[in-house]
Amino acid sequence: MGVPDELDLFTRMCYLRRFEERVDSLYRQGLVHGPVHLGLGQEAVAVGAAAALSPGDYSLGTYRGHAHALARGAPPGAVLAELLGRQGGICAGKGGSMHITSVPHGYYGSYAIVGAHLPVACGLAWAAQLRGSGQVTVCFFGDGTTNIGAFHEAVNLAAVWRLPVVFVCENNWYMEYTPIASVIPVALPAADRAAAYGLDRIVVDGNDVAAVRRVVGEAVGAARAGQGPSLVEAQTYRLKGHSAADGAAYRPADEVAQWREHDPLLLSRASLGAAGTAVDKLDEIDRQTRDEIAGLARQVLARPVPEPAGAWADVWSDGSWQWRN
Amino acid sequence: MAELTYRQAVAAALAQEMARDDRVVLLGEDVASGGVFKTTTGLAERFGAERVRNTPISEQAIAGAAMGAAMAGLRPVAEIMFADFYATCWDQVVNEIAKVRYMTGGQVSVPLVLRGANGSGGLGFGSQHGQSVENWAMTVPGLKIASPAGPAEAFGLLAAAIRDDDPVLVFEHKALYGRKEEVADGEQVIPLGQARTVRPGQDVTLVGLSITVGTCLAAASELASEGIEAEVIDLRTLVPLDAAAVLASVARTGRLVVVEENPGQLGWGASVAAIAAQEAFGALAAPVTRVSGGNVPLPVAASLEAEVDVSVPRVIAAVMSQQKGEINGDSR
Repeated sequence: MGVPDELDLFTRMCYLRRFEERVDSLYRQGLVHGPVHLGLGQEAVAVGAAAALSPGDYSLGTYRGHAHALARGAPPGAVLAELLGRQGGICAGKGGSMHITSVPHGYYGSYAIVGAHLPVACGLAWAAQLRGSGQVTVCFFGDGTTNIGAFHEAVNLAAVWRLPVVFVCENNWYMEYTPIASVIPVALPAADRAAAYGLDRIVVDGNDVAAVRRVVGEAVGAARAGQGPSLVEAQTYRLKGHSAADGAAYRPADEVAQWREHDPLLLSRASLGAAGTAVDKLDEIDRQTRDEIAGLARQVLARPVPEPAGAWADVWSDGSWQWRN
Repeated sequence: MAELTYRQAVAAALAQEMARDDRVVLLGEDVASGGVFKTTTGLAERFGAERVRNTPISEQAIAGAAMGAAMAGLRPVAEIMFADFYATCWDQVVNEIAKVRYMTGGQVSVPLVLRGANGSGGLGFGSQHGQSVENWAMTVPGLKIASPAGPAEAFGLLAAAIRDDDPVLVFEHKALYGRKEEVADGEQVIPLGQARTVRPGQDVTLVGLSITVGTCLAAASELASEGIEAEVIDLRTLVPLDAAAVLASVARTGRLVVVEENPGQLGWGASVAAIAAQEAFGALAAPVTRVSGGNVPLPVAASLEAEVDVSVPRVIAAVMSQQKGEINGDSR
């Protein structure tokens, strides 16, 4: 895997955008079983950070995790099959939208309990540290997570043990329906907590994919060099509600309009345009992406549902579920 | 043969497994200093600070880090100092560790052990340091549960738990840590899911776990002087549960008394009793009887504690009452 250029980054973000839009549409048609939390608008964090990682590195995300799995290379058909409850789902139909995981691609899971995966990230990083493997762990979480105990326990442990882990807060300014500013005593949820753990205050425009790649890349480099953890606050905005069922009416219209002007795809287009890329070329990439995903959705919807017997598999490592003889 | 205390047996099992497999690592509060119950004495010195790591007082970080390390291929053993503290990291244990293999369609395994001091045993630890909480874990599919009754069991069951590819919670008993017993030389491993018959008998089956195995044995000795020969079974593990051993014994004795230290409200004895009632009904000459810890928070004053803890007289009374055909359990 070579270093992606800006056009690659645009193409990857475009894929995530059109994928999530398709998921939204499928959800509205009643074809997704269970809740869905879309990453629309937050593509630059997933793509920029993934571009800073090597194939053997670990990453973990939240229930808003489709983009983070896909950005590491998870097969889109298997992710979509998981969302649609069809055969070939990436978690065999037992995780759903909130638990997309792709271990072969280093994506060690999407976690639906806020904050639960930050300690887990410490464990992955500890294993890498013990082995001296040079692997880095990147852990994504939302602004609301900075108020839960597991965040503080994990960041503290990582700092004390100097673990090779990068915590990336995707600050989209709302914890579910509530403005984050109303539930924190500081201005910035992650950055203004960093000093408590002896970490630098790092803020990046989370909608600027090149900036995310650069800033997360520096933190990853420091972790790989044995300089310990970092806490990065990437400021972004979700284009839709907390979940696909949420219309997000609680957000002021002018705020939404402002952020729409600062859409990561628009920023990327502007940057590429200034560097001489033709608009037609970007439009063509976008059109091809939409067609590809529409075709994928049709193909996955045509698959059968999982065999019911699958519900009994994989409780124990020998594949069984029995708890008694 | 060497005489080992229960706490020495725990340390010996950890040393045996750490020497055998360099993926085995320890973490927890004070473990590098030997642990507050002295169950990790000498391990940091022998295996190095990298493999025996002290943590902050952060149970969520401890349990979660164990899970992450296990997913990455290590075999972590995390100490949760008092089993009561599982309440502070229950999310990690039941929502993450127990379920991650299943929820990911088998993409990961979590070969980890969480171990620590459980139970009352009349030591005055009270409601937040003296509970028996093994029944909490038993409500959650995806967790294996072992609880050793003596030094040899502590050694062999912990070794097996560490070698197991699934998460195992080992509930050690704080009142047994000083108990001494001859333990055979050489490698000790007791497979999970195999109950043992501690004492044979034909008149009644007493089923215990951890400290109540000793309670049952002491009761059996006294019952023998009354002409009642009790068979005592140590379950050793709640998951996997060796129900077959219980059913086979009940088929011979026709009577079952289940003795558990945790409160009777949805205690593990209820599951054992239900299995016997459904699957050994024809063999039962009397209703299944349960003796359990009291359904109250654990008090501290010795007289109050004794009132609610499982005891030898309570087991004897339950057996005698059952023999007389009274329908009168002691799961208060």
